[in-house]
Amino acid sequence: MKDLFSRSWRTIDSVNGPLIFVKMAGAALGEMATVVLADGSRRTGQVIGLDESTAIVQVFGPTEKISPATTSVRFRGEGVMANLSPLLLGRVFNGSGEPIDGAEAPHPVEKRDVNGSAINPVRRDVPSDFIQTGISAIDGMNTLVRGQKLPIFSGAGLPANELAGMIISNAKTLKKDGEFSIVFAGMGITAMEAEFFMDVFESSGALGHSVVFLNRADDPVIERLLAPRFALTVAEYLAFDIGMHVLAVLTDMTQYCNALREVSSTREELPGRRGYPGYMYTDLAGIYERAGRIMGKNGSITQLPILTMPDDDITHPIPDLTGYITEGQITLDRDLHRKGVSPPINVQPSLSRLMGLGIGPKKTREDHPRLSDQLYMSYSIGLEQRRVAAVIGEESLSATDKTYLKFADDFEWKFINQQGESRTIEETLDLAWELLAMLPKTELVRIDREMVAKYLPKTEDVK
Amino acid sequence: MTTNKNGQTGPPREGPMVSAVSGPAVRAGGMRGCFMHEMTRVGPENLLGEVIKIEGDSATLQVFESTDGLKIGDEVKKSGELLSVDLGPGLLGSVYDGIQRPLSSLYERWGNFIGRGAEIQKLDSDRKWRFTPTVGLGDEVKGGTVIGTVPETKFLTHKIMVPHGVAGKITRITEGDFTITEAVAELETGEKLTMMQRWNIREPRPAGGRLGFDVPMLTGQRVLDTLFPVAEGGRAIIPGGFGTGKTVMEQTIAKYASADVVVYVGCGERGNEMADLLNDFPKLADPHTGGPLMDRTVMIANTSNMPVSAREASIYTGITIAEYYRDMGLRVVLMADSTSRWAEALREMSSRLEEMPGEEGYPTYLPGRLAAFYERSGRFKCKGREDETGSITIVAAISPPGGDFSEPVTQASLRTVSTYWALDYDLAYQRHFPAVNWHLSFVLSYGKLSGWFEKNAAPDWIDMTKEVNSILQREGELSDMAKIVGVDSMGEPEKMELEAARLIREGYLRQSAVHPADSYCKLSRQAKLLSLILSYIRAATAVVREGKGVKTVLNPEITERILRAKELAEDKLDQEIVLLGGEINRLNEREPT
Ligand SMILES: Nc1ncnc2c1ncn2[C@@H]1O[C@H](COP(=O)(O)OP(=O)(O)OP(=O)(O)O)[C@@H](O)[C@H]1O
Ligand SMILES: [Mg+2]
Repeated sequence: MKDLFSRSWRTIDSVNGPLIFVKMAGAALGEMATVVLADGSRRTGQVIGLDESTAIVQVFGPTEKISPATTSVRFRGEGVMANLSPLLLGRVFNGSGEPIDGAEAPHPVEKRDVNGSAINPVRRDVPSDFIQTGISAIDGMNTLVRGQKLPIFSGAGLPANELAGMIISNAKTLKKDGEFSIVFAGMGITAMEAEFFMDVFESSGALGHSVVFLNRADDPVIERLLAPRFALTVAEYLAFDIGMHVLAVLTDMTQYCNALREVSSTREELPGRRGYPGYMYTDLAGIYERAGRIMGKNGSITQLPILTMPDDDITHPIPDLTGYITEGQITLDRDLHRKGVSPPINVQPSLSRLMGLGIGPKKTREDHPRLSDQLYMSYSIGLEQRRVAAVIGEESLSATDKTYLKFADDFEWKFINQQGESRTIEETLDLAWELLAMLPKTELVRIDREMVAKYLPKTEDVK
Repeated sequence: MTTNKNGQTGPPREGPMVSAVSGPAVRAGGMRGCFMHEMTRVGPENLLGEVIKIEGDSATLQVFESTDGLKIGDEVKKSGELLSVDLGPGLLGSVYDGIQRPLSSLYERWGNFIGRGAEIQKLDSDRKWRFTPTVGLGDEVKGGTVIGTVPETKFLTHKIMVPHGVAGKITRITEGDFTITEAVAELETGEKLTMMQRWNIREPRPAGGRLGFDVPMLTGQRVLDTLFPVAEGGRAIIPGGFGTGKTVMEQTIAKYASADVVVYVGCGERGNEMADLLNDFPKLADPHTGGPLMDRTVMIANTSNMPVSAREASIYTGITIAEYYRDMGLRVVLMADSTSRWAEALREMSSRLEEMPGEEGYPTYLPGRLAAFYERSGRFKCKGREDETGSITIVAAISPPGGDFSEPVTQASLRTVSTYWALDYDLAYQRHFPAVNWHLSFVLSYGKLSGWFEKNAAPDWIDMTKEVNSILQREGELSDMAKIVGVDSMGEPEKMELEAARLIREGYLRQSAVHPADSYCKLSRQAKLLSLILSYIRAATAVVREGKGVKTVLNPEITERILRAKELAEDKLDQEIVLLGGEINRLNEREPT
């Protein structure tokens, strides 16, 4: 794609929304362009289509004053490139990768196309290292594993950022190998949210090993599509070139998807479900799949995307397509939040698909896998009893059913609820056994007998 | 394609070249003489493309690699060939992308991340294979005749067949070590036969007559084999929302299926899932032969972030390879995860072509394409060798948006399938796996399988499965009532019915894919377990019907042992069945335990 001549064209044929149609020859699909206005001001754009002698350029930012008569377009000979260097750590950039922290951009060691390319599946190493987040609902029942992509499904007003903040501050691996860093992409986030995260980085001492890309709510929409790509290109560099363990936090993917929809509609593409483009699955996969481990490399990328479910609807295309790509999800729940349970994680629709790879003997504890299974089963029965009790009244329940009802309550208040306190994995597992002790022993059929004998507290009084 | 429609005003230049680019769709001018589905090479990097539309001199190509960087005027090279796969020894154990490029070769070429434009050998042409002729000089051969064999793996003898359309008298045939491109035989016509053939992926390989569904393809999964078996040569679909267990089910079946060859197509799904399989399979043993599982497997991995058009091709690449082994007279299972991603690839290409969209934006030809794909499954006589049979069973996952099965892909697939395994969010949320909803799932062709099961599983197998069905059916009816009046105020017989259903669900249907003793349950073990649980239920029900309370009849400790039986190793299970048999007899004799 390299071209020695800078090619400037004053041949704009038409302008339609953010798209300008330039009569020219020699542009490449995906090539970046600089649009120069009559007053000398510049806009950035990208070639998104080629048709005969026309290049279709999408302009980032406002199109005010763009005029076929006076505006020229220069094609840069390359796609959207990220400048890479270890000196990016500790720095803050906008969605186009320009520094916004007042300092000069570090000298690039290397430049890479922000779209990246797919990791060859035969070169992927299976994630297997447990990450302790300090949160029981996650560590105990939806374990995060190094190299996993595990989003937080939130709703308007639910404390997803606080949860992400806790994870950023507390996350530990039992294995101490290689350095840790955070790459953050904020898409369409408010000043308050941005400040919240900057505070988290600062107070947890993570700022020095973080790279931040901020596309604020009032920044150009198209840069929302670029911010996570810059972030993940940097993440790949830090993980697979420098060997760091990177936690990539991407928020808010809902804003990202809305930007995608907006851009798609200005391109007059056929809209799919709820107006989102039909290729949204593929587009999101191009982001979420940029997580994992590679054979022979020390580093890893663990992704923690955050999204807001419109109207708390998990079947909305944004959480739906995300769930189809990511390796599980942590789902926040409005009822739990209203009750005051913090973090309000609903374990039922939550899932960590890689959990099995990161837990058990030598990783967490031998009883962990089946204990988690048992908690799921007992809590489901408890919830069912709660629904029944709501109709027929608690008095009409049998003794065992009442115990289950109590189990569900205690599970939410003592296990899920931790009000900012951080727990080790042993604390989490022991707590689970304490709760299960209230149920008849013959109900604990999802755990092996030997484990029950070994770990169940011997107090018979709860029955 | 894109907005500019003025058509013919490209820069004047000779030969085929790019005239418009829109994502994976590329229009090329100067294409006179090209044909549909012809392979082409596009641009300086020689990106692989396929002709999918022709208008006058110009053709539209779907390009199987990222088109970033393409320019108007870039050269297009026609190949004169169709998009095809190479078939021969060496397929087993391979891992390919959607257009049959070995992923290990892509790694050698580009490193850990996949690059573009590699012209790569599909089968290893350096490796020598031991060829043993099975025909002699002067023998008449035709398409499908086996001319020799090659031990492809320790357990699988690869039959070298005469390509379809070729016939004649053998004038030379040699035993020895050959590469797949060296001639092993020659015909009177002068035609040389090698161990490799090439086949267009979009055209079904010819087969002999279709045979009925009278044998099951066993999966080792209780809920499937007992309640919703799939016939050998049948088609099963697994629709389910995200996280309901489609992939785990596909992978589990790939491990345990009663099949000779498994073709696993990871179509637009996760990279880590493929890594997990690739990590597991070489270490696992084929439960039927004891050989390495990878030796009976061909994997096609076109993950969600790999090019969309190659995703569309991956399904066809997979089924063509499956047909090739079917033609050897083998039982092949094709696992496809997920056909929705394939349908979406169709939709994406269709919208780039500005075709008139049908339901949910899918092209109107989606149902036809799906049906044609499923038609490539079945049990057949081998073409050219009518005394042999081969089969392809398709097990396809579907990912309905929002978990809503009324969407076009599920509905169009439903019309052509024989077995339907509907996965359910509620069950998955309770971590009841496999989350197969027993009210929605069905089997169309069970009738013909009954005899087989009665002969091979247990004489009362069909009665037992009917009993299980009615227990589950009753639970559905009773649990609505229980929600209104509470279990406690129901009659004892009804309470017993609910308990029976719980025993079936927890003790039988639920099956862990990770528990060493439970993940694979062979048919004889299924019969043992089922008979144990049902005899307990029958005995207890009889006592309850006589007026005893459920609480006094069902001893929690015995119930617990029944629920745990499925996790016992085979010898322990046999002991436990004897012991529990004693307890059940005591119930039958109305003795208090
Ligand atoms: N038989 C099983 N035994 C134990 N766990 C299971 C079983 N089936 C599914 N699971 C659990 O459910 C999780 C999700 O399953 P799976 O990945 O197969 O879902 P899926 O339907 O393929 O989802 P998607 O459509 O998003 O790919 C698994 O990671 C595993 O934890
Ligand atoms: Mg899946």
